[in-house]
Amino acid sequence: MTDATSTPGPMDAPAVKGSLHVQDARTRKRNAAEARFKFYGLSAVAIGLVFLVVLLTAIIGNGVGAFQQSFIAAQVYLDPARLDKAGDRNIEDIKKVSTFGYTPLIQQAVFDKVTELGIDTPFDDAKDMKALISASAAAIVRDEVIANPDLIGQTVEFRLLAASRVDGYLKGRVSRDSVARDKNIDAEHLDLVDALRDEGIIAKGFNASFITGADASESRPEQAGLGVSILGSFFMMLVVLGLSLPVGVAASIYLEEFASKNRLTDIIEVNISNLAAVPSIVFGILGLAVFIQFMHLPQSAPLVGGLVLTLMTLPTIIISTRASLKAVPPSIRDAALGVGASKMQSVFHHVLPLAMPGILTGTIIGLAQALGETAPLLLIGMVGYIATNYPEGLAGGFIDPNSAMPAQIYEWAKRADPAYYERAWGGIIILLVFLMTMNIIAILLRRRFERRW
Amino acid sequence: MPVFWLALIVLALAAAGFLAGRVRALSSGGGNIRNLHSLPAYYGWHVALMVLVPSFLILIVWLLVQPVLVNNAVSGLLPDRAVSEDTTLGLVMSDVRRVADGLDAAVSAGAMTPDEAQSIRSEFTNVRDKLGSVGVALGSDVSPEILSAAQKYRGMTATGRFWMTVVVLAAAVGGFAFALRRTSAGFRARNVVESGIRALLLGAASIAVLTTIGIVLSLVFNTIEFFRLYPAADFFFGLTWAPSFGGGSQLGILPLLWGTFYISFIALAVAVPIGLFAAIYLSEYAGPKVRAMAKPLLEVLAGIPTIVYGLFALLTVGPLLLGIFGGQGLGWMQAGTAVMTAGIVMGIMLIPFVSSLSDDIINAVPQSMRDGSYGLGATKSETIRQVVIPAALPGIVGAVLLAASRAIGETMIVVLGAGAAARLSMNPFDAMTTVTAKIVSQLTGDADFASPEALVAFALGMTLFIVTLGLNVLALYIVRKYREQYE
Repeated sequence: MTDATSTPGPMDAPAVKGSLHVQDARTRKRNAAEARFKFYGLSAVAIGLVFLVVLLTAIIGNGVGAFQQSFIAAQVYLDPARLDKAGDRNIEDIKKVSTFGYTPLIQQAVFDKVTELGIDTPFDDAKDMKALISASAAAIVRDEVIANPDLIGQTVEFRLLAASRVDGYLKGRVSRDSVARDKNIDAEHLDLVDALRDEGIIAKGFNASFITGADASESRPEQAGLGVSILGSFFMMLVVLGLSLPVGVAASIYLEEFASKNRLTDIIEVNISNLAAVPSIVFGILGLAVFIQFMHLPQSAPLVGGLVLTLMTLPTIIISTRASLKAVPPSIRDAALGVGASKMQSVFHHVLPLAMPGILTGTIIGLAQALGETAPLLLIGMVGYIATNYPEGLAGGFIDPNSAMPAQIYEWAKRADPAYYERAWGGIIILLVFLMTMNIIAILLRRRFERRW
Repeated sequence: MPVFWLALIVLALAAAGFLAGRVRALSSGGGNIRNLHSLPAYYGWHVALMVLVPSFLILIVWLLVQPVLVNNAVSGLLPDRAVSEDTTLGLVMSDVRRVADGLDAAVSAGAMTPDEAQSIRSEFTNVRDKLGSVGVALGSDVSPEILSAAQKYRGMTATGRFWMTVVVLAAAVGGFAFALRRTSAGFRARNVVESGIRALLLGAASIAVLTTIGIVLSLVFNTIEFFRLYPAADFFFGLTWAPSFGGGSQLGILPLLWGTFYISFIALAVAVPIGLFAAIYLSEYAGPKVRAMAKPLLEVLAGIPTIVYGLFALLTVGPLLLGIFGGQGLGWMQAGTAVMTAGIVMGIMLIPFVSSLSDDIINAVPQSMRDGSYGLGATKSETIRQVVIPAALPGIVGAVLLAASRAIGETMIVVLGAGAAARLSMNPFDAMTTVTAKIVSQLTGDADFASPEALVAFALGMTLFIVTLGLNVLALYIVRKYREQYE
């Protein structure tokens, strides 16, 4: 460079059109375009985040109600004349009294309470209390009596589930307008509910049985819980973990450390990347055709669900495991080989332990994905089955028909009673809590053990 | 013997083999490790692997093959009159299996002695009531042919199981003895064990291939079966989808494909602009703090299970849209479930998918190209539009194709949000249905795989598999072929 070019002479100085401080029209236009473009980008991010907030608000706003349930406090007189006609407290005779024998006692107890409190109501028969009390209440009282026959003849305080309509009224889901078209409950009942709530007889409380309980029939949403299907999901995840971790790690070790570049390796690699993109429903078809149609494994069993989800998560786990194996620097392998280890020893004694945190992180994320997956479970019969019983024993947990958390949520979403929608949202909260826990564990593992070489 | 116990015995034998192999090697080396070719544990592993691998392989293959063989043998023995016109061989065989299972249940519940189960005749005993008493419900009375077939089925299964136990145990013991005999101080145990483990690793890697083969075979066989019952031309070119389990169904795929593509199109129309602009903003404009906050938050959307989106569509977005476009509003919409509902929600789900893939690709464009553009006087947005995006285009197209393949294969959102009616309509506020939703509805419920109404699901699955696979392959091809190579 010379001075001549850096200092322009007066001869070739451009004609000055304006000042740098005053933008011409073209620059203004370009700057406006720039600002617009940046605004588009910002609003795209904002829209995405708004969607997230709306989604989470919808979930929490609609689902929190499921963790609360209305209960009726009732002093039930366990009439010996009805429950134990022989009067000898013979447990076999007591068991013969079905729940139908208990229902009038409970209705009478609530009705007595109403009269005792002097609540003004058009109802003059204990049977009219039916609309207030859940159909499950009689079973609860009966179980208590069978467990402890000495209670017969006493007046016992019970905390019974209120009927779903009453619960909905207290939560604001059921209004007086909607009751007009409902044959299960009348507006007069709602007046009574208001009065009983003021007296503290009907109150909302924490609903533990939603988390631990079993699913209920379509007409009793107040009783339905997610507990059994959580167990079903748990056993499925055991199968997925037990199969996909060893198989996935073995496959990745082979592909990353041993495979020579040949036709077979190429086929396997292409296969894995394609399998990762196959829609999950296709894995459901595979499970149905191979495990149920061909191998005659039982339908609705967590074992089959676990096998299908294993095949589905395997590509994810293999891809993340290979990445963490690749992250271990070659110097580690070379050092091991240098002191006389065989290839196998260098991999199993040195590379694998160093890659383990990454492998576990990937596995947990794969499991979280499998836990939320619904579509393949629909095809192998995990829905339509009403999970009312806890599986018996360890083997039963794998083989007995069960549901799974997402399948149970789907099942509730399909039922006609809007009370089940609240359950479905509540189930989603529980599912998301599980997923969040798993992801946080994965993040912590990564933070704690991640190494930079 | 139950498979569980058999497996446990083999495992115990392998553990014993490990110890025995170790001890034998050490003693043949005179108790001194330095006289051995390999470390003592390798001799142990050698014996253990020789016990485990062959016997478990035999066990698995036997468990897979025996039901098929027994099925064929028994169905060959069935007299022709057992299979009448209104039923099929498959249905009869599933009856046979159900009766056989019932007899097993009756024996284990103690309602029958094993001899009784093999010798009862439906002419003399009411088998249905007897099985009903132990909790096995049968749809109809048991005919003598089916009962005797079930008894043969039980007999063959029992014999098969007995021989399986014998062969598996023989393999385990044989492997034990063979390996132990080979064990001596000079035996190259490490090399043998390592090549064995290498074979096992290869086996694990091949499971991916086996899965693909399984998918293809289960789809192909059932699809062929379907086309035998229903003309292929009507399936591919039919304009009506009206399955009826009573027969006379019209199973045209076109309405389903139309619904699938329409919903996917709306989903992409939501996801691609938002995702792409978000990726551009995050990689080009946002500061490190904003990026560190916003990127993981957007990716939370990708971690939420699809059932949640399905419920969101059904219970939140559907009613919302119905309020605007429904009877009280513009009057275009009849019900909450519609193409628009499912499409918008699916679009939300795909935003992080598009944004994080495009983000990676935009970041891969070298900084020198941007610097060159700035040096020529371009503004930031001009640089992005005229330099960065064209350079990243193949990758972005690939990302969009992958997102499209996701959208086509998505199930839960459309099952809950799109409605069930198959129709060819242009109105995005109509309820339509998709290939995936119909796979679910045809295969859940009574699982009788003989009718075209159930088998059509496999043909639909095949179509879905081919379309999504094709899109993935195309996406990879575009990315590879048109990728700009920077140094």
